[in-house]
Amino acid sequence: METLKRQYWKILSIILLIYTVYAGFNGQVPRQPILNETIRNLYFHVTMWFTMIFLLGTSVYHSIQYLRKSDLKSDLISSTYVEVGMVFAVLGLITGSVWAKFTWGDWWTNDPKLNSVAIGLLIYLAYSLVRSSMPDEMQKARISSVYNIFAFVIFMVLIWILPRMTDSLHPGNGGNPAFSKMDLDNRMRLVFYPAIIGWTLLGFWIAQIRIRIKNLEQQNES
Amino acid sequence: MALTEIFVLIRKEMQLEWRNKYAIHGLVLYLAATIFICYLSFKAKQQSIHPIMWNTLFWIILLFSAVNAVGKSFTQESANRNIFYYTFAKPESVIFSKIIYNTLVMLGVSFIGIFFYSWVMGNPVGNMPLYLISLVLGAIGFASTLSLVAGIAAQGENSATLMAVMSFPLIIPLLLLLLKLSKSAMDGISLSENWDEIAILGALDIIVIVFSGILFPYIWKH
Repeated sequence: METLKRQYWKILSIILLIYTVYAGFNGQVPRQPILNETIRNLYFHVTMWFTMIFLLGTSVYHSIQYLRKSDLKSDLISSTYVEVGMVFAVLGLITGSVWAKFTWGDWWTNDPKLNSVAIGLLIYLAYSLVRSSMPDEMQKARISSVYNIFAFVIFMVLIWILPRMTDSLHPGNGGNPAFSKMDLDNRMRLVFYPAIIGWTLLGFWIAQIRIRIKNLEQQNES
Repeated sequence: MALTEIFVLIRKEMQLEWRNKYAIHGLVLYLAATIFICYLSFKAKQQSIHPIMWNTLFWIILLFSAVNAVGKSFTQESANRNIFYYTFAKPESVIFSKIIYNTLVMLGVSFIGIFFYSWVMGNPVGNMPLYLISLVLGAIGFASTLSLVAGIAAQGENSATLMAVMSFPLIIPLLLLLLKLSKSAMDGISLSENWDEIAILGALDIIVIVFSGILFPYIWKH
Protein backbone atom coordinates (compact mmCIF):
# COMPACT_ATOMS: atom_id res chain seq x y z
CA MET A 1 0.00 0.00 0.00
CA GLU A 2 2.78 2.36 0.96
CA THR A 3 4.64 1.74 -2.31
CA LEU A 4 1.41 2.19 -4.25
CA LYS A 5 0.97 5.63 -2.70
CA ARG A 6 4.37 6.73 -3.93
CA GLN A 7 3.79 5.31 -7.39
CA TYR A 8 0.42 6.94 -8.12
CA TRP A 9 2.00 9.56 -10.42
CA LYS A 10 3.33 6.83 -12.68
CA ILE A 11 -0.18 5.44 -13.09
CA LEU A 12 -1.38 8.99 -13.72
CA SER A 13 1.29 9.33 -16.42
CA ILE A 14 0.16 6.12 -18.14
CA ILE A 15 -3.52 7.11 -18.00
CA LEU A 16 -2.80 10.61 -19.32
CA LEU A 17 -0.65 9.27 -22.15
CA ILE A 18 -3.25 6.70 -23.20
CA TYR A 19 -5.80 9.51 -23.15
CA THR A 20 -3.40 11.72 -25.15
CA VAL A 21 -2.86 9.12 -27.84
CA TYR A 22 -6.55 8.21 -28.05
CA ALA A 23 -7.97 11.74 -27.94
CA GLY A 24 -5.04 13.08 -29.89
CA PHE A 25 -5.80 10.95 -32.91
CA ASN A 26 -9.57 10.83 -32.63
CA GLY A 27 -10.55 14.17 -31.08
CA GLN A 28 -12.04 17.05 -33.00
CA VAL A 29 -9.54 19.60 -34.22
CA PRO A 30 -10.12 22.93 -35.96
CA ARG A 31 -9.45 23.01 -39.69
CA GLN A 32 -6.55 25.34 -40.41
CA PRO A 33 -5.01 26.18 -43.76
CA ILE A 34 -1.61 24.51 -44.30
CA LEU A 35 -1.84 22.66 -40.98
CA ASN A 36 -4.96 20.54 -41.57
CA GLU A 37 -4.75 17.28 -39.65
CA THR A 38 -1.09 17.77 -38.80
CA ILE A 39 -2.26 20.15 -36.07
CA ARG A 40 -2.45 17.01 -33.92
CA ASN A 41 1.32 17.09 -33.76
CA LEU A 42 0.82 19.71 -31.06
CA TYR A 43 0.26 16.86 -28.60
CA PHE A 44 3.36 14.93 -29.61
CA HIS A 45 5.88 17.55 -30.70
CA VAL A 46 5.36 20.69 -28.65
CA THR A 47 5.00 18.61 -25.48
CA MET A 48 8.51 17.19 -26.04
CA TRP A 49 9.99 20.68 -25.66
CA PHE A 50 7.99 21.31 -22.50
CA THR A 51 9.27 18.04 -21.05
CA MET A 52 12.83 18.82 -22.10
CA ILE A 53 12.74 22.25 -20.41
CA PHE A 54 11.29 20.78 -17.20
CA LEU A 55 13.96 18.05 -17.16
CA LEU A 56 16.81 20.47 -17.84
CA GLY A 57 15.44 22.84 -15.21
CA THR A 58 15.41 20.03 -12.65
CA SER A 59 18.95 19.18 -13.65
CA VAL A 60 20.02 22.77 -12.99
CA TYR A 61 18.31 22.61 -9.57
CA HIS A 62 20.38 19.54 -8.68
CA SER A 63 23.55 21.19 -10.02
CA ILE A 64 22.93 24.09 -7.65
CA GLN A 65 22.36 21.58 -4.84
CA TYR A 66 25.71 19.97 -5.69
CA LEU A 67 27.53 23.30 -5.56
CA ARG A 68 25.95 24.02 -2.18
CA LYS A 69 26.47 20.65 -0.51
CA SER A 70 29.16 18.82 -2.56
CA ASP A 71 27.13 15.62 -2.49
CA LEU A 72 28.08 13.41 -5.44
CA LYS A 73 24.52 12.02 -5.54
CA SER A 74 23.22 15.42 -6.70
CA ASP A 75 25.71 15.39 -9.55
CA LEU A 76 24.61 11.94 -10.63
CA ILE A 77 20.96 13.04 -10.58
CA SER A 78 21.76 16.25 -12.42
CA SER A 79 23.68 14.53 -15.22
CA THR A 80 20.94 11.92 -15.63
CA TYR A 81 18.29 14.61 -16.05
CA VAL A 82 20.44 16.19 -18.77
CA GLU A 83 20.69 12.82 -20.55
CA VAL A 84 16.95 12.22 -20.47
CA GLY A 85 16.30 15.84 -21.45
CA MET A 86 18.47 15.29 -24.52
CA VAL A 87 16.49 12.16 -25.41
CA PHE A 88 13.35 14.31 -25.43
CA ALA A 89 15.14 16.98 -27.47
CA VAL A 90 15.99 14.38 -30.11
CA LEU A 91 12.40 13.11 -30.05
CA GLY A 92 11.20 16.69 -30.47
CA LEU A 93 13.51 17.13 -33.43
CA ILE A 94 12.30 13.88 -35.05
CA THR A 95 8.58 14.60 -34.58
CA GLY A 96 9.19 18.13 -35.80
CA SER A 97 11.13 16.93 -38.81
CA VAL A 98 8.40 14.50 -39.88
CA TRP A 99 5.82 17.23 -39.42
CA ALA A 100 7.91 19.74 -41.39
CA LYS A 101 8.13 17.31 -44.30
CA PHE A 102 4.33 17.35 -44.64
CA THR A 103 3.68 21.03 -44.00
CA TRP A 104 6.78 22.87 -45.20
CA GLY A 105 7.88 20.23 -47.68
CA ASP A 106 11.34 19.60 -46.28
CA TRP A 107 12.92 17.57 -43.51
CA TRP A 108 15.05 20.45 -42.35
CA THR A 109 14.30 24.10 -43.00
CA ASN A 110 16.22 27.20 -42.16
CA ASP A 111 14.12 28.25 -39.21
CA PRO A 112 15.40 30.09 -36.11
CA LYS A 113 13.75 27.61 -33.76
CA LEU A 114 15.29 24.60 -35.49
CA ASN A 115 18.69 26.21 -35.52
CA SER A 116 18.40 27.16 -31.85
CA VAL A 117 17.62 23.59 -30.88
CA ALA A 118 20.50 22.28 -32.96
CA ILE A 119 22.81 24.68 -31.15
CA GLY A 120 21.27 23.55 -27.87
CA LEU A 121 22.18 19.96 -28.68
CA LEU A 122 25.76 21.08 -29.38
CA ILE A 123 25.86 22.89 -26.02
CA TYR A 124 24.82 19.75 -24.18
CA LEU A 125 27.10 17.48 -26.24
CA ALA A 126 29.90 19.73 -25.02
CA TYR A 127 28.56 19.07 -21.50
CA SER A 128 29.14 15.34 -21.90
CA LEU A 129 32.58 16.04 -23.37
CA VAL A 130 33.46 18.18 -20.34
CA ARG A 131 32.37 15.36 -18.07
CA SER A 132 34.43 12.77 -19.87
CA SER A 133 37.54 14.96 -19.90
CA MET A 134 37.79 15.20 -16.11
CA PRO A 135 39.43 12.22 -14.43
CA ASP A 136 38.67 13.24 -10.85
CA GLU A 137 35.11 12.60 -9.62
CA MET A 138 34.76 15.68 -7.44
CA GLN A 139 36.33 17.94 -10.01
CA LYS A 140 34.13 16.50 -12.74
CA ALA A 141 31.02 17.09 -10.65
CA ARG A 142 31.97 20.64 -9.73
CA ILE A 143 33.01 21.78 -13.20
CA SER A 144 30.10 20.14 -14.98
CA SER A 145 27.64 21.65 -12.48
CA VAL A 146 29.02 25.10 -13.20
CA TYR A 147 28.88 24.48 -16.92
CA ASN A 148 25.35 23.10 -16.69
CA ILE A 149 24.01 26.20 -14.93
CA PHE A 150 25.76 28.53 -17.36
CA ALA A 151 24.64 26.50 -20.38
CA PHE A 152 21.02 26.51 -19.20
CA VAL A 153 21.01 30.30 -18.92
CA ILE A 154 22.43 30.68 -22.43
CA PHE A 155 20.06 28.02 -23.76
CA MET A 156 17.05 29.87 -22.34
CA VAL A 157 18.19 33.05 -24.07
CA LEU A 158 18.58 31.02 -27.23
CA ILE A 159 15.11 29.47 -27.30
CA TRP A 160 13.01 32.21 -25.66
CA ILE A 161 14.48 35.48 -26.88
CA LEU A 162 16.18 34.89 -30.22
CA PRO A 163 13.30 33.21 -32.13
CA ARG A 164 11.05 36.11 -31.14
CA MET A 165 13.36 38.58 -32.84
CA THR A 166 13.09 37.05 -36.28
CA ASP A 167 10.24 35.62 -38.28
CA SER A 168 9.80 31.90 -37.95
CA LEU A 169 7.99 29.43 -40.14
CA HIS A 170 6.46 27.96 -37.02
CA PRO A 171 2.72 28.21 -36.51
CA GLY A 172 2.03 31.40 -34.61
CA ASN A 173 5.03 33.27 -36.05
CA GLY A 174 5.18 35.52 -39.06
CA GLY A 175 1.47 35.36 -39.85
CA ASN A 176 1.21 31.57 -39.99
CA PRO A 177 -1.93 29.91 -38.69
CA ALA A 178 -1.35 28.95 -35.13
CA PHE A 179 -2.47 27.61 -31.82
CA SER A 180 -2.66 31.11 -30.41
CA LYS A 181 -5.47 32.27 -28.15
CA MET A 182 -7.90 32.50 -31.01
CA ASP A 183 -7.02 29.31 -32.81
CA LEU A 184 -6.23 26.92 -30.01
CA ASP A 185 -9.79 26.12 -29.13
CA ASN A 186 -10.94 24.48 -25.96
CA ARG A 187 -11.25 21.02 -27.47
CA MET A 188 -7.51 21.07 -28.14
CA ARG A 189 -6.65 22.46 -24.73
CA LEU A 190 -8.44 19.49 -23.18
CA VAL A 191 -5.87 17.22 -24.77
CA PHE A 192 -2.86 19.55 -24.87
CA TYR A 193 -2.56 20.30 -21.15
CA PRO A 194 -2.98 16.69 -20.00
CA ALA A 195 -0.46 15.71 -22.71
CA ILE A 196 2.14 18.11 -21.27
CA ILE A 197 1.64 16.65 -17.79
CA GLY A 198 1.68 13.07 -19.09
CA TRP A 199 4.87 13.41 -21.10
CA THR A 200 6.61 15.35 -18.34
CA LEU A 201 5.75 12.67 -15.78
CA LEU A 202 7.04 10.04 -18.20
CA GLY A 203 10.30 11.97 -18.54
CA PHE A 204 10.76 12.09 -14.78
CA TRP A 205 9.90 8.41 -14.51
CA ILE A 206 12.57 7.46 -17.06
CA ALA A 207 15.08 9.71 -15.28
CA GLN A 208 14.31 8.07 -11.92
CA ILE A 209 14.85 4.60 -13.34
CA ARG A 210 18.17 5.72 -14.86
CA ILE A 211 19.24 7.20 -11.53
CA ARG A 212 18.39 3.97 -9.72
CA ILE A 213 20.35 1.91 -12.27
CA LYS A 214 23.37 4.19 -11.90
CA ASN A 215 23.18 4.03 -8.11
CA LEU A 216 23.09 0.23 -8.21
CA GLU A 217 26.04 0.18 -10.61
CA GLN A 218 28.04 2.35 -8.22
CA GLN A 219 27.14 0.11 -5.30
CA ASN A 220 28.26 -2.94 -7.27
CA GLU A 221 31.59 -1.32 -8.04
CA SER A 222 32.34 -0.40 -4.46
CA MET B 1 38.58 46.89 -0.81
CA ALA B 2 37.38 44.55 -3.52
CA LEU B 3 37.76 47.30 -6.11
CA THR B 4 41.42 47.90 -5.26
CA GLU B 5 41.96 44.14 -5.45
CA ILE B 6 40.46 44.04 -8.95
CA PHE B 7 42.57 47.04 -9.91
CA VAL B 8 45.76 45.42 -8.65
CA LEU B 9 44.98 42.22 -10.53
CA ILE B 10 44.29 44.11 -13.77
CA ARG B 11 47.59 45.94 -13.36
CA LYS B 12 49.31 42.60 -12.83
CA GLU B 13 47.78 41.27 -16.08
CA MET B 14 48.97 44.33 -17.97
CA GLN B 15 52.48 44.13 -16.57
CA LEU B 16 52.70 40.45 -17.41
CA GLU B 17 51.54 41.18 -20.95
CA TRP B 18 53.99 44.06 -21.23
CA ARG B 19 56.94 41.96 -20.07
CA ASN B 20 56.50 39.19 -22.57
CA LYS B 21 55.15 41.14 -25.47
CA TYR B 22 55.04 38.15 -27.78
CA ALA B 23 51.48 37.29 -26.69
CA ILE B 24 49.95 40.60 -27.70
CA HIS B 25 52.16 40.84 -30.79
CA GLY B 26 51.11 37.34 -31.71
CA LEU B 27 47.47 38.31 -31.40
CA VAL B 28 47.81 41.35 -33.65
CA LEU B 29 49.79 39.33 -36.16
CA TYR B 30 47.14 36.60 -36.05
CA LEU B 31 44.48 39.20 -36.74
CA ALA B 32 46.40 40.81 -39.57
CA ALA B 33 47.26 37.48 -41.19
CA THR B 34 43.66 36.26 -41.03
CA ILE B 35 42.32 39.48 -42.51
CA PHE B 36 44.87 39.34 -45.27
CA ILE B 37 44.00 35.71 -46.04
CA CYS B 38 40.35 36.76 -46.27
CA TYR B 39 41.34 39.58 -48.59
CA LEU B 40 43.32 37.24 -50.82
CA SER B 41 40.62 34.59 -50.96
CA PHE B 42 37.57 36.83 -51.36
CA LYS B 43 38.26 40.38 -52.45
CA ALA B 44 41.32 39.85 -54.61
CA LYS B 45 39.74 37.00 -56.55
CA GLN B 46 36.27 38.39 -57.17
CA GLN B 47 36.90 42.15 -57.04
CA SER B 48 33.92 42.63 -54.76
CA ILE B 49 32.37 41.21 -51.66
CA HIS B 50 28.73 41.16 -50.68
CA PRO B 51 28.07 43.45 -47.66
CA ILE B 52 26.43 40.64 -45.66
CA MET B 53 29.46 38.44 -46.27
CA TRP B 54 31.76 41.34 -45.37
CA ASN B 55 30.02 41.64 -42.01
CA THR B 56 29.80 37.92 -41.22
CA LEU B 57 33.42 37.36 -42.16
CA PHE B 58 34.56 40.14 -39.86
CA TRP B 59 32.64 38.74 -36.89
CA ILE B 60 34.00 35.27 -37.51
CA ILE B 61 37.53 36.69 -37.57
CA LEU B 62 36.80 38.48 -34.28
CA LEU B 63 35.33 35.30 -32.78
CA PHE B 64 38.42 33.24 -33.57
CA SER B 65 40.73 35.99 -32.33
CA ALA B 66 38.67 36.19 -29.14
CA VAL B 67 38.84 32.45 -28.50
CA ASN B 68 42.61 32.63 -29.00
CA ALA B 69 43.10 35.73 -26.89
CA VAL B 70 40.85 34.80 -23.98
CA GLY B 71 41.58 31.07 -24.10
CA LYS B 72 45.01 31.53 -22.61
CA SER B 73 43.68 33.57 -19.64
CA PHE B 74 44.06 30.78 -17.13
CA THR B 75 46.61 28.55 -18.81
CA GLN B 76 49.44 31.02 -19.42
CA GLU B 77 50.33 31.14 -15.76
CA SER B 78 51.47 28.05 -13.92
CA ALA B 79 49.18 26.20 -11.54
CA ASN B 80 51.42 27.15 -8.64
CA ARG B 81 51.02 30.82 -9.41
CA ASN B 82 47.23 30.38 -9.53
CA ILE B 83 47.33 28.81 -6.06
CA PHE B 84 49.30 31.85 -4.93
CA TYR B 85 46.57 34.18 -6.22
CA TYR B 86 44.01 31.94 -4.58
CA THR B 87 45.57 32.57 -1.21
CA PHE B 88 45.22 36.35 -1.23
CA ALA B 89 42.54 37.34 -3.78
CA LYS B 90 38.82 36.75 -3.72
CA PRO B 91 37.64 34.61 -6.66
CA GLU B 92 35.16 37.32 -7.68
CA SER B 93 38.03 39.78 -7.98
CA VAL B 94 39.96 37.31 -10.11
CA ILE B 95 37.15 36.72 -12.60
CA PHE B 96 36.13 40.39 -12.78
CA SER B 97 39.72 41.45 -13.33
CA LYS B 98 40.04 38.86 -16.09
CA ILE B 99 36.77 40.03 -17.68
CA ILE B 100 37.78 43.70 -17.57
CA TYR B 101 41.26 42.97 -18.84
CA ASN B 102 39.97 40.72 -21.64
CA THR B 103 37.39 43.35 -22.56
CA LEU B 104 40.20 45.86 -22.97
CA VAL B 105 42.14 43.39 -25.12
CA MET B 106 39.04 42.65 -27.21
CA LEU B 107 38.32 46.37 -27.66
CA GLY B 108 41.86 46.77 -28.95
CA VAL B 109 41.49 43.76 -31.24
CA SER B 110 38.11 45.00 -32.54
CA PHE B 111 39.31 48.50 -33.33
CA ILE B 112 42.62 47.43 -34.86
CA GLY B 113 40.67 44.76 -36.72
CA ILE B 114 38.01 47.08 -38.15
CA PHE B 115 40.71 49.56 -39.20
CA PHE B 116 42.80 46.97 -40.98
CA TYR B 117 39.77 45.16 -42.36
CA SER B 118 38.28 48.36 -43.84
CA TRP B 119 41.65 49.21 -45.28
CA VAL B 120 41.97 46.07 -47.41
CA MET B 121 38.36 44.97 -47.80
CA GLY B 122 36.63 48.34 -48.19
CA ASN B 123 34.01 49.68 -45.83
CA PRO B 124 30.35 49.38 -46.85
CA VAL B 125 29.02 50.36 -43.38
CA GLY B 126 26.23 52.93 -43.53
CA ASN B 127 26.10 53.93 -39.88
CA MET B 128 29.61 53.74 -38.45
CA PRO B 129 28.84 54.93 -34.87
CA LEU B 130 26.23 52.16 -34.51
CA TYR B 131 28.72 49.63 -35.88
CA LEU B 132 31.25 50.75 -33.29
CA ILE B 133 28.60 50.33 -30.56
CA SER B 134 28.05 46.77 -31.72
CA LEU B 135 31.83 46.23 -31.59
CA VAL B 136 31.96 47.48 -27.99
CA LEU B 137 29.01 45.31 -26.91
CA GLY B 138 30.61 42.40 -28.74
CA ALA B 139 33.95 42.93 -27.01
CA ILE B 140 32.28 42.90 -23.58
CA GLY B 141 30.18 39.85 -24.44
CA PHE B 142 33.04 37.84 -25.94
CA ALA B 143 35.36 38.68 -23.04
CA SER B 144 32.85 37.82 -20.32
CA THR B 145 31.50 34.60 -21.84
CA LEU B 146 34.90 33.31 -22.85
CA SER B 147 36.58 34.20 -19.54
CA LEU B 148 34.31 31.83 -17.62
CA VAL B 149 34.62 29.15 -20.32
CA ALA B 150 38.42 29.53 -20.23
CA GLY B 151 38.27 29.04 -16.46
CA ILE B 152 36.30 25.82 -16.95
CA ALA B 153 38.50 24.60 -19.80
CA ALA B 154 41.70 25.20 -17.81
CA GLN B 155 40.51 22.56 -15.32
CA GLY B 156 40.33 19.84 -17.97
CA GLU B 157 43.16 17.87 -19.47
CA ASN B 158 42.96 18.97 -23.09
CA SER B 159 42.07 22.57 -22.52
CA ALA B 160 42.47 23.88 -26.10
CA THR B 161 39.92 21.41 -27.51
CA LEU B 162 37.60 21.91 -24.55
CA MET B 163 37.78 25.66 -25.02
CA ALA B 164 36.75 25.43 -28.67
CA VAL B 165 34.00 22.86 -28.12
CA MET B 166 32.43 24.72 -25.20
CA SER B 167 32.81 28.28 -26.38
CA PHE B 168 31.41 28.03 -29.91
CA PRO B 169 27.88 26.83 -29.05
CA LEU B 170 27.73 29.10 -26.00
CA ILE B 171 28.75 32.16 -27.97
CA ILE B 172 26.22 31.66 -30.79
CA PRO B 173 23.28 33.55 -29.18
CA LEU B 174 25.57 36.53 -28.65
CA LEU B 175 26.98 36.23 -32.16
CA LEU B 176 23.52 36.09 -33.76
CA LEU B 177 22.39 39.20 -31.87
CA LEU B 178 25.61 40.99 -32.85
CA LEU B 179 25.19 40.04 -36.51
CA LYS B 180 21.65 41.41 -36.42
CA LEU B 181 22.69 44.71 -34.85
CA SER B 182 25.71 45.18 -37.09
CA LYS B 183 23.60 44.32 -40.13
CA SER B 184 21.30 47.23 -39.22
CA ALA B 185 24.40 49.39 -38.86
CA MET B 186 25.55 48.35 -42.33
CA ASP B 187 22.18 49.28 -43.81
CA GLY B 188 22.57 52.71 -42.25
CA ILE B 189 19.57 52.40 -39.97
CA SER B 190 19.64 55.07 -37.29
CA LEU B 191 20.54 54.45 -33.68
CA SER B 192 17.07 55.27 -32.37
CA GLU B 193 15.51 52.36 -34.29
CA ASN B 194 17.91 49.86 -32.77
CA TRP B 195 17.46 50.47 -29.06
CA ASP B 196 15.72 47.10 -28.67
CA GLU B 197 18.68 45.17 -30.05
CA ILE B 198 21.16 47.22 -28.05
CA ALA B 199 19.14 46.71 -24.87
CA ILE B 200 18.92 42.94 -25.40
CA LEU B 201 22.64 42.71 -26.13
CA GLY B 202 23.44 44.80 -23.07
CA ALA B 203 21.15 42.63 -20.95
CA LEU B 204 22.82 39.46 -22.24
CA ASP B 205 26.26 40.91 -21.42
CA ILE B 206 25.09 41.76 -17.89
CA ILE B 207 23.51 38.31 -17.37
CA VAL B 208 26.74 36.62 -18.43
CA ILE B 209 28.88 38.84 -16.19
CA VAL B 210 26.61 38.28 -13.18
CA PHE B 211 26.60 34.51 -13.66
CA SER B 212 30.39 34.51 -14.10
CA GLY B 213 30.66 36.26 -10.75
CA ILE B 214 28.34 33.73 -9.09
CA LEU B 215 29.77 30.58 -10.68
CA PHE B 216 33.48 31.29 -10.89
CA PRO B 217 34.19 30.85 -7.14
CA TYR B 218 33.15 27.19 -7.51
CA ILE B 219 35.66 26.43 -10.25
CA TRP B 220 38.36 28.44 -8.55
CA LYS B 221 38.61 26.31 -5.40
CA HIS B 222 40.83 23.34 -6.15
